[in-house]
Amino acid sequence: MVSIQTEKKENYADSTLIITAENVVAGYEDRIIWRDANFVVGRGQFVAVIGPNGAGKTTLFRLLLGLQHPISGNLTIFSNRPTRGNPKIGYVPQKHGIDEETNVECLELVRLAISGKQWGFNRSRGNDRKIALETLQAVGAADLAHRPLSDLSGGELQRIFLAEALVSNPDVLLLDEPLSSLDLRRSRELVQLINGIVRSRGVTAFLVAHDINPLLPFLDNVIYLANGKVATGTPEEVLTSECLSILYGVHVEVIKDSKGNVAIIGSGTEKDSDFVFGNRCVSCNEDEKK
Amino acid sequence: MNMILPYELLEIFQYQFMQHAFEAGTIVAIVAGIVGYFVVLRRSSFAAHALSHIGFAGAAGAVLFGVSPVFGLLLFTGAGGAGIAILGPKAANRDVQIGTVLAVMLGIGVLFISLYTGYATEAYSILFGEILGISLSDVLLTLAVAAVILVAIAFVYRPLLFASLDEDVAEAKGMPILGIGIIFMLLVAVATSIAVQVVGVLLIFALMVTPAAIAQRVTKKPSRGIIVSVAVALFATWLGLIISFYEPYPVSFFITSIVFILYLLVRFAYPRIRPTKTAQIQPDMH
Repeated sequence: MVSIQTEKKENYADSTLIITAENVVAGYEDRIIWRDANFVVGRGQFVAVIGPNGAGKTTLFRLLLGLQHPISGNLTIFSNRPTRGNPKIGYVPQKHGIDEETNVECLELVRLAISGKQWGFNRSRGNDRKIALETLQAVGAADLAHRPLSDLSGGELQRIFLAEALVSNPDVLLLDEPLSSLDLRRSRELVQLINGIVRSRGVTAFLVAHDINPLLPFLDNVIYLANGKVATGTPEEVLTSECLSILYGVHVEVIKDSKGNVAIIGSGTEKDSDFVFGNRCVSCNEDEKK
Repeated sequence: MNMILPYELLEIFQYQFMQHAFEAGTIVAIVAGIVGYFVVLRRSSFAAHALSHIGFAGAAGAVLFGVSPVFGLLLFTGAGGAGIAILGPKAANRDVQIGTVLAVMLGIGVLFISLYTGYATEAYSILFGEILGISLSDVLLTLAVAAVILVAIAFVYRPLLFASLDEDVAEAKGMPILGIGIIFMLLVAVATSIAVQVVGVLLIFALMVTPAAIAQRVTKKPSRGIIVSVAVALFATWLGLIISFYEPYPVSFFITSIVFILYLLVRFAYPRIRPTKTAQIQPDMH
């Protein structure tokens, strides 16, 4: 079992403890995706969820959203088992149905995130509009309110999705690969924006990413999923040669540059199995290997 | 065609079959325009297409057993729509499930047609519509069905809109995605069943998809989009009916041609006159 756990449950007062995982095993009836997840996450923490494709990062989100249940172990969020439709969770999925044909203005999508659950007539339209506009302002997208979704760039769309998730004023944000289609500068801007929200509102944010470097200056914790196992802790604890070697099951070297960026270099026993983690990601190379 | 003076248009309404055609056409255009907006937004035009063909099998069966085609349409499209929604719970990527259901239903339709020994005109009117032969009872049935659809849409409007735009977030928010999908497909099924009378099974896209596609090009607000979609469907239906009164060609041909011309105009001419993106951005830069 790989578990770097310095933050114990006892370190938190009940009111600041948001999520606890004890020996959680995730997967489907016929296939385990990862096992032995043990971690606690407190209020207002910024947590990166890192790992190769197929390691089960989205599965972790599905568990927290109550869309899927652990095979075994104890997972709690706000001291309860996760249930679907928890209004305290804001979610930005990896895939959206929105494309270059979706000629619907951004404000409409954010408003629907408030009132979309409501059947029949909406009695608080004016108020919804006000909240939606305020949320767009908070993510620096006030000028996009009346632009159609189909017109937006990747970075602008992610701001809108962030507003869509934030509009219900959640305590937890689950962001599935928001940086995947962004260049380095836009990635950095979005991460700074998310960090600002985490710090100013005391929101706990989980962010799935392939490259941890844009996130490193802001992170409180890392959940590293690989090889069916889970390592958790602060970036300093998890991003070490020892920890990642145990996690991957092969020797892994973690190298830091002068600015604190990390590169993870592994050398397995097979030929061509060298992989670099950093500007290039583990998963790309893992895929090539297969 | 000779010039038609406005007062001469009133002549049209002296004929009862034209009155009924206008009444049924108006109801169907409103319903198809509204339902169509969601069909286009959800990228479900293949599902709507399949449902109309499934309806063909139902109508053929109804004719075979000597009942009104509309009952066969309702039964088959309803079952087919629910089946498609259940087999492919997510709106995207359900082409295979739709194709599977479509193929088997068309096969049944072919069987019914071959078993039916009456005139081929019945099949012809199902395929291409027969709005000029609509009876008062047909109009009343259309009205009743349309009222049910409109009430249902008023009820599901926002959840349907949200689930159509962002299904994964809607699911995470605890919204019943499968239920919404089934309700939507049933709405399409029922709308298709009544629209078949006007444009027929083969031409249903003219009222269900093209007006909504036009609307989504000209407005970015869903509420306005629905209004535009209905307006286009109404305009095409009315104009088609008026022309067909004076010209000896099928109404369906005129309706489909009118919406297609409007679509071409919006597709190619409208982007040139619409305020451009750069023009919208510039004021912020100063």
